[in-house]
Amino acid sequence: MSESPSFMSSPDARGHFGEFGGRFVPEALMPACLELEVAFRDAWSDDAFQLEYRTVLKEFGGRPTPVTPLPRLSDRLGLELYAKREDLAHTGSHKINNVVGQTLLTKRMGKTRVIAETGAGQHGVATATAAARFGLACTVYMGEVDTKRQVLNVFRMELLGATVIPVTSGSRTLKDAVNEAMREWVSCVSDTHYCLGSVMGPHPFPWMVRELQSIIGIEASAQLEEMGVGTPDLVVACVGGGSNAAGVFAGFANTSARLVGVEAAGGSAVGKGSPGVLHGMKSLLIQDEFGQIEEAHSISAGLDYPGIGPEHAFLATSGRAEYESIGDDEVLDALKLLSELEGIIPALETAHAVAWIMKEAGGAIPKGSKVLLNLSGRGDKDVAQVREILRGER
Amino acid sequence: MKLLEQQLRSLRSSGRKALVPYFVAGLTPDWTQHVEAAVLAGADAIEIGIPFSDPMIDGVVIQEGVLRSLEAGTTLDSICKDLSSLSTHVPLVAMTYYNIFFHYGLERAAGKLAASGITGAIVPDLTIEESREWHDACDADDIATIFIVAPSSTPDRVALLASGTEGFCYASARMAVTGRSADAVDAKRVIADARAISDVPVYVGIGIGTPEQARDASMVSDGVIVGTALVQLILDGGDVRAIEDFIGSFRLAIDTAPARSDFLSDAEE
Repeated sequence: MSESPSFMSSPDARGHFGEFGGRFVPEALMPACLELEVAFRDAWSDDAFQLEYRTVLKEFGGRPTPVTPLPRLSDRLGLELYAKREDLAHTGSHKINNVVGQTLLTKRMGKTRVIAETGAGQHGVATATAAARFGLACTVYMGEVDTKRQVLNVFRMELLGATVIPVTSGSRTLKDAVNEAMREWVSCVSDTHYCLGSVMGPHPFPWMVRELQSIIGIEASAQLEEMGVGTPDLVVACVGGGSNAAGVFAGFANTSARLVGVEAAGGSAVGKGSPGVLHGMKSLLIQDEFGQIEEAHSISAGLDYPGIGPEHAFLATSGRAEYESIGDDEVLDALKLLSELEGIIPALETAHAVAWIMKEAGGAIPKGSKVLLNLSGRGDKDVAQVREILRGER
Repeated sequence: MKLLEQQLRSLRSSGRKALVPYFVAGLTPDWTQHVEAAVLAGADAIEIGIPFSDPMIDGVVIQEGVLRSLEAGTTLDSICKDLSSLSTHVPLVAMTYYNIFFHYGLERAAGKLAASGITGAIVPDLTIEESREWHDACDADDIATIFIVAPSSTPDRVALLASGTEGFCYASARMAVTGRSADAVDAKRVIADARAISDVPVYVGIGIGTPEQARDASMVSDGVIVGTALVQLILDGGDVRAIEDFIGSFRLAIDTAPARSDFLSDAEE
């Protein structure tokens, strides 16, 4: 059974979180969305499926991931910092939690192939990994711009037996990769599952992916109790579509903890967006005065998305969670500081959350606060890009 | 019954199969002349594509058309302004993605369409389950809400959609985005399912690229929609004359098709 707390409980019968969510897809995909919802409900309430999911995450995915105190950064900032180490999960980020669940579900539905979109390549690599482990064919759609920013991740996916298709439409980034994956899904829906990588898209994806990621928050909550820390004052996570944030928030939504999502300034759907409909969901989107979706811009491919998951839009408008943004220029300092003081090189996406904590320590975050950072991914994939930028700065 | 459906039912009663070309509005400065040419050559209604930045159900050709139109500065308002100079009296149906109307304001958008002579709207990413607010807005302005049925639609869903659609029921010829050719076979089952519960006209689109495909589709339906092949012609620089020839060839193929009763048994297999 689902163990997520009641605040982040199930959406309504048609997949709404307040005014957001729902299903806005071509009719061709509706039967697949309905089938998926039934299959997930059935699987998620089946003890045998839950056991298999947790066993695979333990034996193959490296869970549970630890909670690590960050003493030197804590001293520097005057806070009490802890990191939930999703960077130590297999494939280097939280993405494995979702794809293990969805590939098990794909097999349960009798489908033989998965397709996925990817931005930074983390979700693509994770999907290719799980597809290899479970013997499924795998095709990953990736914006052409991102295939160039993340050459090594493209190669990783290929090593894992997946086919990577560069997407050349639109802005050639994550949003266009989603469009292309949706288009492909229309033509192969009978034998193919679309393994969506975040808490976005049509119902049941936002809910299903949050449930599959809620293991982050559930583990972290228990681990902090065990360490004698108790409930943190703040839980901070970076947000693109918002899956790692949804996963960690799910463990603390019904506590007194402040929940803070950190967006990239160039992709700040809560900060700059307005209600709209894209990629199967009603949510907050960055769009122009005519309702045309604008291109997001971020140093990190994984946050280069003009929308946010619908449950985050609901948490933002209802006030349960706060959403802040961080510019590209603040991210590298955060990445360097965490690396130098704690021996952890975070992903550029994760560095946004670190940067916000650095910026607001003693300000929006009172001195002495207990802060849980969701360390969503490791920075190996970004090292070449960071090196280029730092060289350019010198 | 809304005006559009009355007109399309009369057309069917007259024994004529509908030919409905799709245009990307604003693709060229003279796009309304293209529309007029199509009507002269035998189009019975026009589908007016309002460009959206993220056309999820469209293939590369229409994506390209939409992109070019957006780069030229096309908006819902500019399209409606262009339509005021259009001198034709066939029904006009808007086709766009929901965010365009949602962002504009549903009632305001419906009013704007109606004031521009548009009497129906196809919104491919608006599921019937989410359509109530849009439907209500359209009711006030006598705009028909047209739903698409797909080869993957279960009989229950076809029944739901065929009961809910107004004007006509849009039967997708195949499981694909626009611009991949099809024979009409994929559509036959859903056409039969739709006809079993409603006598609303059924038109076939998505996958109709040649006069022969249009003829075959018209034999199992009440009309055909042609989009990508026409947009391609215009992207390639086709002028008013080329559009007349193109539409004329589809008209001829449809009008010389054998009677549909020969094929109904096929559809009902």
